[in-house]
Amino acid sequence: MKSVLRGAMSAAAFAAALAGVSAAQAAETIKVGVLHSLSGTMAISETTLKDTVLMMVDDLNKKGGLLGKQVEAVVVDPASDWPLFAEKARELIEKEEVAVVFGCWTSVSRKSVLPVFEELNGLLFYPVQYEGEESSRNVFYTGAAPNQQAIPAVEYLMSEDGGGAERFVLLGTDYVYPRTTNKILRAFLNAKGISDDDIMENYTPFGHSDWQTIVAEVKEFASQGKKTAVVSTINGDANVPFYKELGNQGIKAEDIPVVAFSVGEEELAGLDTGPLVGHLAAWNYFMSVEADVNDEFITAWHAFIGDEKRVTNDPMEATYIGFKMWTQAVEQAGTTEVDAVRQAMYGQTVPNLTGGTAVMNTNHHLSKPVLIGEIQDDGMIETVWSTDKEVVGDAWSDFIPESAKLTADWTFPWVCGNCEEPKYVKQ
Amino acid sequence: MFPTRMVRALRCLVLALGLLLPTAALADLEGDLDGLREKSYNAKGEAVERIVAGGDERAVPILEAFLEGNLFIADQDDRIVIGEDSDGGYRIIDALTGEALGEVGKRDVSKIKINNKLRQLVKGSLGALTLGSKDPAARIRAADAVFRSTQVEMIPALEAAIAKETDATVKARLRRALAATQLAESEDTETRVAALQVLGEFTDPEVRTLAAGVLVTDGDGNPTEADAAVRAAAEAALKSIEEGLAVASLIANIFQGISLGSVLLLAAIGLAITFGVMGVINMAHGEMVMLGAYTTFVVQELFRASFPGAFDYSLLVAVPIAFVVTGVIGIGIERGIIRWLYGRPLETLLATWGLSLILQQAVRTIFGPTNREVGNPSWMSGAWEVTGGLVLTYNRIWIILFALLVFAALMALIRRSSYGLQMRAVTQNRPMASSMGIRTGWVDAMTFGLGSGIAGMAGVALSQIDNVSPNLGQGYIIDSFMVVVFGGVGNLWGTLVGAFSLGLVNKFLEPYAGAVLAKIFILVAIILFIQKRPRGLFALRGRALES
Repeated sequence: MKSVLRGAMSAAAFAAALAGVSAAQAAETIKVGVLHSLSGTMAISETTLKDTVLMMVDDLNKKGGLLGKQVEAVVVDPASDWPLFAEKARELIEKEEVAVVFGCWTSVSRKSVLPVFEELNGLLFYPVQYEGEESSRNVFYTGAAPNQQAIPAVEYLMSEDGGGAERFVLLGTDYVYPRTTNKILRAFLNAKGISDDDIMENYTPFGHSDWQTIVAEVKEFASQGKKTAVVSTINGDANVPFYKELGNQGIKAEDIPVVAFSVGEEELAGLDTGPLVGHLAAWNYFMSVEADVNDEFITAWHAFIGDEKRVTNDPMEATYIGFKMWTQAVEQAGTTEVDAVRQAMYGQTVPNLTGGTAVMNTNHHLSKPVLIGEIQDDGMIETVWSTDKEVVGDAWSDFIPESAKLTADWTFPWVCGNCEEPKYVKQ
Repeated sequence: MFPTRMVRALRCLVLALGLLLPTAALADLEGDLDGLREKSYNAKGEAVERIVAGGDERAVPILEAFLEGNLFIADQDDRIVIGEDSDGGYRIIDALTGEALGEVGKRDVSKIKINNKLRQLVKGSLGALTLGSKDPAARIRAADAVFRSTQVEMIPALEAAIAKETDATVKARLRRALAATQLAESEDTETRVAALQVLGEFTDPEVRTLAAGVLVTDGDGNPTEADAAVRAAAEAALKSIEEGLAVASLIANIFQGISLGSVLLLAAIGLAITFGVMGVINMAHGEMVMLGAYTTFVVQELFRASFPGAFDYSLLVAVPIAFVVTGVIGIGIERGIIRWLYGRPLETLLATWGLSLILQQAVRTIFGPTNREVGNPSWMSGAWEVTGGLVLTYNRIWIILFALLVFAALMALIRRSSYGLQMRAVTQNRPMASSMGIRTGWVDAMTFGLGSGIAGMAGVALSQIDNVSPNLGQGYIIDSFMVVVFGGVGNLWGTLVGAFSLGLVNKFLEPYAGAVLAKIFILVAIILFIQKRPRGLFALRGRALES
């Protein structure tokens, strides 16, 4: 009897000890949420970003973790399904109690999770170039705003080096990002003295694969005596057939250059780029940039993914910067508590991968250099033009009258993402 | 700044002197080449012009390498070198002396960068050096490069080339280049008017650009061209070009419609068998197309690894392999899943839908979520330029032919073979066919396999124009059902006519309505059409449908 009792007691003690250990372990990890589609249409782009976060977490843990604790990545799959993004975001914040979430690619997925992050006071790092016109207290935008990508690209096309374009074709996929970007671009071009007659806008459905008519129309539009350039906000999968058609119909970059905002090294990987040499892309990072930090990053990426052929791209750099900034802010704040981290984020600097410095501004957007590159026959993009220094991201475009009035500033006395007057918070 | 006419004229002089005094020019190449090290593209442009003016033959391979992006500065000794790809690095040779310097890693050399503007300049300059080439295609390339770069010093060379040219096509291109150069560079009214008359003969958007360029007005509506005679000639030229272009655009539109129709036909023809003839609502049809495209990818990878020289034939090998692979998978699906669900359309729909998701995710796991590169063989790249305004791309032409070929082969199989007879017997009256000794279960499996195999062959063709990604099939499933339903369920001719008429209507609507609206219009039109004629264009009469 006694021995049985003792046995039971020791078992209970053992169980308690076990529970204690696991509780202690749970307290010692910091959870980081990863909200990128691993299946469905967007998996093609987003899987890479999930791997980037995992690589950063791995690296951080090897260096001893954060605040003396190990960091644990919680990966969920919202499956390219916009409402599911919101559900998974809620799951990450409420159930998994993650300190921060790295995620989303399309603007529509970001819009879908926005109310969840604002309601639960979560923290989202959004790593993709986007249309601007937004500044949320709970989101840090580490991709480019239009003034860090679209506007400089068009200015380059109009410059002597870029060919001096006077006529523009704005091609896009039919959803919020291209339509908003083109609205800003049209206003910008009008301000530069280009009339609406010299601007052609055309939208196509997601995954459009028959580009014959549109490419022929572009040719026709370009044959009116003025130098013409194409600005493409065509998204994702539709790009491959578009570029194939361009190549086959013999449109050379010297005659009608196409500058793309959604085509990076990853998209070019599925394509024979021989006929596309000279077409342009505008980003804040290219894999071909010659900088020691970039070489290190590429080496680390190849080692992590175990494939020497994998490329790096701009949203990966944005994820890298965002992750580094967040760890710095956490270390500075001494806690992962969202409000404290947010305060510590402002003015945080991280060396970017192109040899400069990224700074987080009080409108939750980064300062980034703008690079214009030409596609090469090996699928790389070589810089042909860049800004002298970093450009501050502008949440609200100066070229849309109703937006120009708005200020996004999350420090006292403004404390808002879209107001015309300083807005004081009542304590 | 690139030089003005004045400087160009001076450079002509230098060119002439350079020809007279070759030794002096030779010594200069090294110095001129150093100009390419400059960071500024303008400085590089001036260096290129100095190199060309130097007239040194050694410059040709260097400029070609520059154009291809193969000109580097070696980190080790700061020499300008030409690099060729080798495993993981470059095999470099000294650009000036041709001395082999061994292999270096990709990051041990820095590329001398080139941009579009320089590329055009270099192409034009190289054109000058290759106008006398023996290969007519090279002469056409040279003439076109000169046409685009319009350098005044090329006029004598062009005139000489036209005089001795015998090939009509090349001669036309040379005349076009000469006229364009004269229009851009000459200051003599008569020469320019004559040039515009020559340009008016060409039906070509690029020529239209030149003629229209003369008529461009400035901000206040005043013409930028001062010479009224030149303006009148430009108007006349523009009119004749536009008449030609209008005809070309109509033909191009018809071609595009037929081309879209052939893609629809390829995607739908397999479904016309599985859905049309067998009555199985097969939502995994698109995935069979996708598997066919991935088979092409695998076959091409094997070719790249084992027989790189025979890459152009990879598609010919991929077609039968894709047919067999997807056909066998199709038979497996029929035996494993669908045969238990005959007569229960809703369950079939759900089961095949689930199957399509499984197949997609399986491909994503095996091949990765990113696009896979399927190369175009050389005979499918590029285009047939009937005139400048009418460009028919080879890949589209081949796909039209392939679609028609597949259709004809399928018709022959169904009409002429004993298997086709059995298949028709089973679909028309199953109990009767069965009592005549036909193994209906076997015929079902074969028919489903045939439909899937054709979808796989369609995948080989579609891999040439679309992304090879796990989502490839989804883009075609709706269109395929649309074609089959519109054409008339159970009728292959209906599918043919349906596919081509949808393609043509879509392409004629698109310029007016835009791609998004054109699709919506067609969908609405089909819904209305089905209301009026529920059995589609060609309704089958007989027992099959009553059951």
